[in-house]
Amino acid sequence: MNASPTASPTAATDAIQVRGVGKRFPGVIANHDVDITIRSGTVHALIGENGAGKSTLMKILYGVQKPDDGTLVVGGEEVSFGSPTDAIAHGIGMVFQHFMLADNLTVLENVVLGAEKIHGIGDAARRRIVEISTAYGFDLDPDELVEDLGVGERQRVEILKVLYRGAKIIILDEPTAVLVPQEVDALFGNLRELKAEGHTILFISHKLDEVLAIADDITVMRRGTTVGEAHPGEVTKRELAELMVGSELPTPEKTASTVTDEVQLEIEGLTLTDAFGRDLLSGIDLTIHKGEVLGIAGVEGNGQAELVETVMGMRKPTAGVIRVGGEDISDWDTRERREAGIGYIPEDRHRHGLLLDAPLWENRILGFQSREPASNGFLINRSGAREDTQRIVEEYDVRTPGIDTNSRALSGGNQQKLIVGREMSGNPVLVLAAHPTRGVDVGAQAAIWGHIKKAREEGLAVLLISADLDELIGLSDRIEVILRGRLVGEFDPQTVTPQDLGSAMTGGADEPADDQTQEDRA
Amino acid sequence: MTAVRRVLGALVAPLVAVVAAMAITSIVIMASGSSPGDFWEVILEPPADRTMVNIVNQTSMIFLSALAAAIGFRMNLFNIGVEGQYQVASYAAAVTVGAAFVPGLLNVVLGLVVAMVAGAAWAGIAGLLKVTRGVSEVISTIMLNAIAVTLVGYLLNTYGIRAGNSLRTTEIPESSQLAGFTPFLDRDGSIWTLSILAVVAGIGFSFLLNRTSFGFDLRATGASETAAVASGVKVNRMVIISMMMSGAIAGLIWMPAFFGAAHTYGSTFQFQLGFTGIAVALLGRNRPLGIVFGALLFAFLNEQSNRLTLLTDISQNVVQITQGVIVLAVVVAYEVVRRRQQAAEQNAVKRQLDAAKPSDDKAVTA
Repeated sequence: MNASPTASPTAATDAIQVRGVGKRFPGVIANHDVDITIRSGTVHALIGENGAGKSTLMKILYGVQKPDDGTLVVGGEEVSFGSPTDAIAHGIGMVFQHFMLADNLTVLENVVLGAEKIHGIGDAARRRIVEISTAYGFDLDPDELVEDLGVGERQRVEILKVLYRGAKIIILDEPTAVLVPQEVDALFGNLRELKAEGHTILFISHKLDEVLAIADDITVMRRGTTVGEAHPGEVTKRELAELMVGSELPTPEKTASTVTDEVQLEIEGLTLTDAFGRDLLSGIDLTIHKGEVLGIAGVEGNGQAELVETVMGMRKPTAGVIRVGGEDISDWDTRERREAGIGYIPEDRHRHGLLLDAPLWENRILGFQSREPASNGFLINRSGAREDTQRIVEEYDVRTPGIDTNSRALSGGNQQKLIVGREMSGNPVLVLAAHPTRGVDVGAQAAIWGHIKKAREEGLAVLLISADLDELIGLSDRIEVILRGRLVGEFDPQTVTPQDLGSAMTGGADEPADDQTQEDRA
Repeated sequence: MTAVRRVLGALVAPLVAVVAAMAITSIVIMASGSSPGDFWEVILEPPADRTMVNIVNQTSMIFLSALAAAIGFRMNLFNIGVEGQYQVASYAAAVTVGAAFVPGLLNVVLGLVVAMVAGAAWAGIAGLLKVTRGVSEVISTIMLNAIAVTLVGYLLNTYGIRAGNSLRTTEIPESSQLAGFTPFLDRDGSIWTLSILAVVAGIGFSFLLNRTSFGFDLRATGASETAAVASGVKVNRMVIISMMMSGAIAGLIWMPAFFGAAHTYGSTFQFQLGFTGIAVALLGRNRPLGIVFGALLFAFLNEQSNRLTLLTDISQNVVQITQGVIVLAVVVAYEVVRRRQQAAEQNAVKRQLDAAKPSDDKAVTA
């Protein structure tokens, strides 16, 4: 291992040691028994699915959250961070996935903002910025406006910001998610320079090629805890994928198939391009029959959310046709689609599924503003909404003192049960379910699965997005794998192996040849 | 249980705010070398008949103004432009009614319609700018306020009639004047007929927001734009509609005074009601009932303070300090109460769940 010239890899110089750290939120265990040792002067990769607990751990390291148990040792000293300021004081800097830069300010102004005391805001600061920029090959002009910079350059400004504040340990949250391959190469060049100067880097990702290309050590997280460590030379992509998704797959229940010949949802050539011209979805073709559950497997951030939101009418596709029950709904707005019987269990229930400061019965109306029993199209039917909320509370076992309680007061699992109950109301023909049981306790999970299965028997078509293989295999009649906005493989849940899924999800198989070679070179 | 707590919470905050405001006003008066006792004696004296009539009239106009602001606030739209909207609307109505295209009461109806349309159009500019160009409505409505003053001033200068040393619009025909209701002696003045607009608008507002699906869309958009979008609300459309509704109600603000007393747009026009409305909307938590009390309180303080200069050495403007502190204190107090209620509710849910624990197994197998 080519460690930095200043640090030798002994326990005394471990940059960060995480011992038995756990963090619980009401109804959810985000982290438990997390153990990681990050050696000084190395690039340490932390990989795992979204929801595996990476971001909570990251927040603990950066002082945003306080761990409930366990210890944190930074540079040989046991620490307890009350805020990011404490973390920065211990030389830990963080670069978030979403940049926090003011577009209308220059690089210099962005860097000194909030750190005016270090070198002032004038020539001393400018000199320091140029110094850092040259030392690590950042190639940044301190007087250029941030709005004129490309994505890769903005990211370098973010890294410069933390270096300017004296960080020796830099946490990068999925830094490559926003970059094109050439920019990834450039970033890796910068990271190697940083390492050579004795900096320690914690690199969070779920792209295995990149991790294998840059990391000295790899820690894998799954379901809130660390499940394994590996070294790039001694491990294959496939083995890593297995560690990430777990090696034991559940055997699907052998129930009679309820899939019919009648097509309920048909998507043809669906393409969605973002403001920068990058394809979020490209040429998606899929069909779901009545009584069928189609599971979409994939590492998060590969277009699942965009697919669901496009079918829901919340995003406008660049090209493609969506048909429901044979009717072309491509031009319909979200409300018309809901009225046509499309239910939506959103991935982010707080942002898309609930009015947190409204009582449960008002939340029952959300999405049903124009439909029975909540409304007659013009007037809200309060008693109808209240009665039906009571029904959902009973049928879906929502634990609440009453339907006048604000939804914010409920635990995540109970909020989710309310949403599932609502979206399954009114005889939907198609339900788009994104992670329907995430953060839900086991009992409620079984109940939600039961409800989905029952509705499927009655002819419901379901598009299921999930990162939980138990759920995907247990519920789906068919599994499609999505990777970088494309469907790259179809599997039968009865026969699929974790290796198949793991390699399809991470791009180990069925990948266009040019992409493959580019990444292998990296 | 939670209902009782909610009502108490809604009352505690404004009461605390009023007490705090009284304390701070007293300190200010003391600091300026006058006696707070004198001040409160004048303010808290039972109002004279004439003052009571004025309070009712002012309350109705402040209420309309606060309602106009509240519609936007319920959707997280900060319409700071009520001031400009009601100026433009009042002028447009005064010109139309003064021209007497139609006779008598029909002329009144026409005037109200013109006022609402003009207010809605003026506010709609800000809505349109926000939706098509992403201009913050705070900025555009403030700018539009300035434009409104200048525009109305220009029109009045160009087309107005000179009366004494000021300009005004044509006086409306007598058949369109609404004398109002005189509860006391004639010299004490009358309660303007169109003060009733406040009651009608208040009930309409309450019905629209709480009972119609449009109102639900509006509240949902204010509570969480992302959730509203997912539920099928077209947010851009809602921004324009609610901005225009806000402007339409703003258009009505000065109508009670116009038809009841002024009869012309000129030097008797009452400015500043639009800004008072914003403060009162905050005070009343954007709910009609709360706004009634807020408007009453503000009108009461304004009218009672008139005699301060006569009877004491304290400036009438001190009452503005009282009003300002009330609004500030109430915003803080609401937030404190809100957090407490949230915590209390979460605890209630937890207790309920703990009590239900033994039945867990049953639920799992269900």
